[in-house]
Amino acid sequence: MNAPTIWIIAPAIIAILLFVIRNQRALSIIGGGITALLAITVQFVPIDEAFRLGALSIKVDSSMAVFGRVLQIKPTEGTLLAILYGATALWFFAAEASGTAPRIVPFGLLITTFMVASIAVEPFLYAALFIELAVLLSVPLLTSINKPPGRGVVRFLIYQTLAMPFILFSGWLLSGVEASPGDIALAAQSASVLGMGFAFLLAIFPFYNWIPMLMEETSPFIVGFLLWILPTVTLIFGAGFLDRYSWLRSSPQLATTLQYAGLLMVVTGGLWAATQRHLGRIMAYSSIAETGFSILALSLNPRLGIPILFLLIPARALGLAVWSLSLNVIKDHAETLRFNAVRGLLRTYPLASAGLILASLSTGAFPLLAGFPARLALWENLSRVSLTSAFWLGIGIIGLLISSFRTMAVLSMADEYESWELGEDWLQGIMLGLGMTGLVILGIFPQFLQYFLADLPTMFEHLGR
Amino acid sequence: MSTLAWIAVIIVTVTSVGLLLARDWRWLIIFLSAQYFGMLILTMVHWPLGMASVKVVAGWMSAAILGMTRSGLPRENKVERQSVLPRGRLFRLFAAGIVMLVVATATPRVDAVMADAGFAVTTGSLLLVGMGLLHLGVTDHVLRVTIGLMTILSGFEILYATVEGSVLVAALLAVINLGLALVGSYLLIASNSQVEEASV
Repeated sequence: MNAPTIWIIAPAIIAILLFVIRNQRALSIIGGGITALLAITVQFVPIDEAFRLGALSIKVDSSMAVFGRVLQIKPTEGTLLAILYGATALWFFAAEASGTAPRIVPFGLLITTFMVASIAVEPFLYAALFIELAVLLSVPLLTSINKPPGRGVVRFLIYQTLAMPFILFSGWLLSGVEASPGDIALAAQSASVLGMGFAFLLAIFPFYNWIPMLMEETSPFIVGFLLWILPTVTLIFGAGFLDRYSWLRSSPQLATTLQYAGLLMVVTGGLWAATQRHLGRIMAYSSIAETGFSILALSLNPRLGIPILFLLIPARALGLAVWSLSLNVIKDHAETLRFNAVRGLLRTYPLASAGLILASLSTGAFPLLAGFPARLALWENLSRVSLTSAFWLGIGIIGLLISSFRTMAVLSMADEYESWELGEDWLQGIMLGLGMTGLVILGIFPQFLQYFLADLPTMFEHLGR
Repeated sequence: MSTLAWIAVIIVTVTSVGLLLARDWRWLIIFLSAQYFGMLILTMVHWPLGMASVKVVAGWMSAAILGMTRSGLPRENKVERQSVLPRGRLFRLFAAGIVMLVVATATPRVDAVMADAGFAVTTGSLLLVGMGLLHLGVTDHVLRVTIGLMTILSGFEILYATVEGSVLVAALLAVINLGLALVGSYLLIASNSQVEEASV
């Protein structure tokens, strides 16, 4: 028995089998249960070590050969995979409440397995191919065969597909730089090609216009899932490049470039979010800013930046899950997600509105919410590097907070005599309630996460040690 | 092999320009299939026939998927005609000329970076990437966008084959090509769903 079979191939086969089930509840429970089980097992089952299960002695090998290459899940990567499958379980359990289970559960599980494969594949460069496969699978997830696709999905396909050639080529160029480290021109070329690849993949300014478009065109819950899993795994993949190539890791120009790119995303994301009048677009720009935070974490000294990068991941997952579910509930009942159509909904959909506001505030680093500890650490460490950068980070955060308060104002603008009622059904209420509780708990007791996150940086050979 | 490679460059030049100018979807599929044949020859410069044929088989299957899907849809609708901007063939020919000029300028430098790739291989590859990008720039119609992406990937695969001979990569790239064609077909059916409903 080997780890890739258990945590990549078996889930992929299960995902294919799930396509035949059409019942929302069954899909949600089976999909959520399986991914939760995968998360628990990958966290607690030792890899490459024999252990006893009753009378049986079992050893799970870490690697599997495929066409002369290797899929390898290292023992140190277990926690990351647990977070990925755990967050996926979160989405799947909430899928019934959002009414998207028949699409998100089978496609989502298949996409997650491809993303896990992208972490496991050796040479790590081939991750770009698995990410592209996940992108191709995302298209039928985002669109219905009965409805013409919007421009957002076509742009998503174009931008994400263009990333793959750049990244594969950069890998080859980077190995050339390793062979002749003195060749400055080659180093610059390879860094530029790599930068272009990640700019497309992470939707870095100005390649992010598909995100707001998608939020207007399709189910926010589904887009939320993709906005969590694609950038998260891509960032880990990007950190892998820094880990692998010492000259890249020690390059001051790269740190500066990452810092500018991250700030550009936080500032433009924050300011654009503050000026939007569409709840979906606000979430889109906030998620862009969220990616900016992660890029900023990568720009810091790896010993400080990598733990912050990992601390950002659970908050992003929970925040986006609550936010996208809330938006989905509101979208099902409001004509559109424009401000004039959702005015006063706090009285009729209090939990969805509260979820929306809390998740939005968490992204904007509001104290005592899940996003706060990681952003505070980021801000503090960035200010030690550059006060100007810390100032611009503050501008971005202020933009995000303005968008949250505008949302709160619009949602609470009900007629004076309108009565309070609970428009959400019981399942939506439970899911949103649990999500909001999680956002508060993670904000007040961030040390809970340390149990999982403390050893995660050791998955990299050089970064974070 | 060198002469054959230059013949392949001529083939991909004709097909990529043809893809840009053709309005009938049948011609698009014919040009795309011929383009994969040119790609086969250029890939064979560095790969054995067995490995290189994976690319042409995957490419022809992709073209067949797109062709079969398009043939099942109603005749060219107004949206399809309007989605290629600007419409003038002369303009697109002019734009293709500029791309060729850029490729001619860039080829020596890229060839110097890609050790032992060969001038013909580099030219053919860059031409396909450039024409594919131009294609994406002038249209938002699903079939043409898919063909544009496949053209860019073809160009990339030719050049990447000179430095990477992994069977896993060849297999995954073939799967990606087929996946792209399937996604294109899916979007093509979806974008025609309302037209079909209206005609019933």
